Amino acid sequence: MSNYAYLIALVPLLSFVMIVFFLRWKEKLAAGWSIASILASWTMSLIVLIETLGRHGEPLEYFFYLTTFKGINFEIGILIDGLTAVMLMVVTTVASCVHIYSLGYMKDDPRFSRFFSYLSLFCFSMLGLVLANNFFMIFIFWELVGLTSYLLIGFWFEKKSAADAGKKAFITTRIGDLGFIVGLMMVGAYAGTFNYGGVFEKVASGQIPTAVLTVMAAFIFCGAIGKSAQFPLHVWLPDAMEGPTPVSALIHAATMVAAGVYLVARSMNLYVGAPEAAMIVAVIGLVTSFIAASIGLVQNDIKRILAYSTVSQLGYMIMALGLYGYDVGMDPHAHSAGFYAGTFHLMTHAFFKGLLFLGAGSVIHAVHTNDIQDMGGLLGKMKITSVTFILASLSIAGIFPLAGFWSKDEIVAATHGHPIFNIFTLIIAFMTAFYMFRLCFLTFFGKPRDQHRYEHAHESPRSMSWPLAFLGFLAVSAGWVGIPTLHGFSSFVFFGEPYHTSFHWDVMIISTIVAVAGIVLAYLIYYKKSISADMLAEKFRPIHTFLYNKWYFDELYSFVIINPILALGRFLWTFDARIVDGLVNGAAWLTIVWADIKWWFDKWIVDGAVNGAGWIVSQGSGLLRLIQNGAVQFYALFVLGGLLVLIAFKYEDVYVSLEWPWLSAIIIVALGLLSLVAKRTASREAAAETETEK
Amino acid sequence: MHHYLYLAAILFAIGTFGVITRRNVIGILMSLELMFNAVNINLVAFNKFVATEPLAGQLFAIFIVVVAAAEATVGLAIVLLVYRNWRGIETENFSVMKW
Repeated sequence: MSNYAYLIALVPLLSFVMIVFFLRWKEKLAAGWSIASILASWTMSLIVLIETLGRHGEPLEYFFYLTTFKGINFEIGILIDGLTAVMLMVVTTVASCVHIYSLGYMKDDPRFSRFFSYLSLFCFSMLGLVLANNFFMIFIFWELVGLTSYLLIGFWFEKKSAADAGKKAFITTRIGDLGFIVGLMMVGAYAGTFNYGGVFEKVASGQIPTAVLTVMAAFIFCGAIGKSAQFPLHVWLPDAMEGPTPVSALIHAATMVAAGVYLVARSMNLYVGAPEAAMIVAVIGLVTSFIAASIGLVQNDIKRILAYSTVSQLGYMIMALGLYGYDVGMDPHAHSAGFYAGTFHLMTHAFFKGLLFLGAGSVIHAVHTNDIQDMGGLLGKMKITSVTFILASLSIAGIFPLAGFWSKDEIVAATHGHPIFNIFTLIIAFMTAFYMFRLCFLTFFGKPRDQHRYEHAHESPRSMSWPLAFLGFLAVSAGWVGIPTLHGFSSFVFFGEPYHTSFHWDVMIISTIVAVAGIVLAYLIYYKKSISADMLAEKFRPIHTFLYNKWYFDELYSFVIINPILALGRFLWTFDARIVDGLVNGAAWLTIVWADIKWWFDKWIVDGAVNGAGWIVSQGSGLLRLIQNGAVQFYALFVLGGLLVLIAFKYEDVYVSLEWPWLSAIIIVALGLLSLVAKRTASREAAAETETEK
Repeated sequence: MHHYLYLAAILFAIGTFGVITRRNVIGILMSLELMFNAVNINLVAFNKFVATEPLAGQLFAIFIVVVAAAEATVGLAIVLLVYRNWRGIETENFSVMKW
């Protein structure tokens, strides 16, 4: 099966094409087709996972050369090792649940089949990203997931905030991608290949100077900063919650945002070769994690809390990976849990965070609000949602024996030897437990704060609750593959040497105490109300405001970056309006003036000539017309005149002395005189006639 | 000979003047007769003094008298119709041959 693994990505692509071209107006069929595709991908991923397990994570690579440019081979291919197999499984599992969940959640949406086509396109991109065997290909899919993310965040584009959020997400991640592409150019320039194996070989053999490697690794990390919403580009993810909730669950919690983590894990060789870059990664991960967790403490929007939680947990993973790169880079024989912890947490987090989002979607679906201050007491109304949500919260808080417990402990263990990281990791764990249970207590326990909404709340349809139950199962059990000393996950997904897990009793006990402390504090404040939340907020007013406004990051960015750019834009607009438009308008004005001159010339000279000719003819003919006055005697007079002229011709001297021109002139003058006479007689006649009539 | 020609010329001139200036159609017809007769005098005079062929001029003159009589008949018939149509025989009354 593994050599046909590209089908895993291509089946959703086929679904996308089918829906877009043929099933646009057959909503049920479109959704069914999409779900069938992702389930097929899931099945194939499962087979690939089993086969890879059978090979103990030995990498397997299939590719062909697409083209060669300046000595660099561009390949299309797939690479399957433990990391890929696990990622495939995670993506297809969460995607399957989200597809089925969307059946219920997106019901009655006017763009139902379009939603499923986007989901399929996303699955194709994400699976392609995971399967890729070189940096060039990962970049293509990297951008594709960015595109689908944009499309899905702005899915309800009638809402201005959603359209804006889509743009914000796209542009913010694009800033990171700029760094990524610079990193890729360096890879191409210094390694001469994009293939993972080829690049890592060059790195391992020391053919790339360490300084270059550091810069290169840092630039590639820029991509991860953008995509995984790390500080300082984390601002887009909370806004991305404007998209439909299944999208938030799939893209902005479980899979796409994990792509950055995957990228760091995949290019771990670079970071091992450049420990300074790895340290940058770790520090950014920690800072992000801390900032996001602190903001999450005070938010009121259920999805935003989860979004900040996601940012925080991604920071965790990034930090663990960075620390691993640093430790191993400094000492090749170091025994660091970082790589294992980061990837393991990536997997468990995908499951329980996907579940949390789907649960939140279910709640929103029931009460039609995002504000947790308007909820409360939903436990009795929505049993499946509540139970799975609380399970996921326990999992993310790190309570034994749920999935989050095992992975979070490994992350804490990975900070071993770095006291600052260690302390902050524990603080973040405490905050995580606190805000998650603040959310739980406010949403599911206590008295309903909005009676009207509470009465309308109801359990979601089965298409929504079953995926919740399935993910709930995984949120509980996914961590068991990583129970220390069992050599499950750690001997499957590893870097270099398989990591030998062992029970860190001290870590387990401390982190459990921290988590329980967070939960108990939340319980006291928000359930027992023995400590007043308002009183606390009042006491720490400046900090509360600071956190509530998300550390003023959006304001800072709009002041430092957006406003200058807008000012520049306005300046350029002015330039455009004044100078460029001035030139254009000036040219137009000149043309008009020139046209006026020509118009004048045409009217007075050309038309004058034409009309003048006409006028002369008409006047002349008007004169001549008078000769023909119908009086026969008048004609006879002419005949007489003509006769006299002819007689005159008989005489030689007259004939000689009068040449043709003169003769004609005389004739014309004579005619004119005659006509004038005739005119006078005519008018006299007319006068006489009128007189006689009187 | 010259006297005949002078007479003819004067008659012709009077006839011409009459044709051109008379307003009465009857008068015009009479002037026409004058012109015919001027020509007749010419013909007869030339025949008498310079002709090689005898009687040719006289024959023509008699022909002209006959034709003039017929012509006068036709002309008077037209005048009669004109009178019926326009209730008058002044030339101004029927200058309809214009533009």
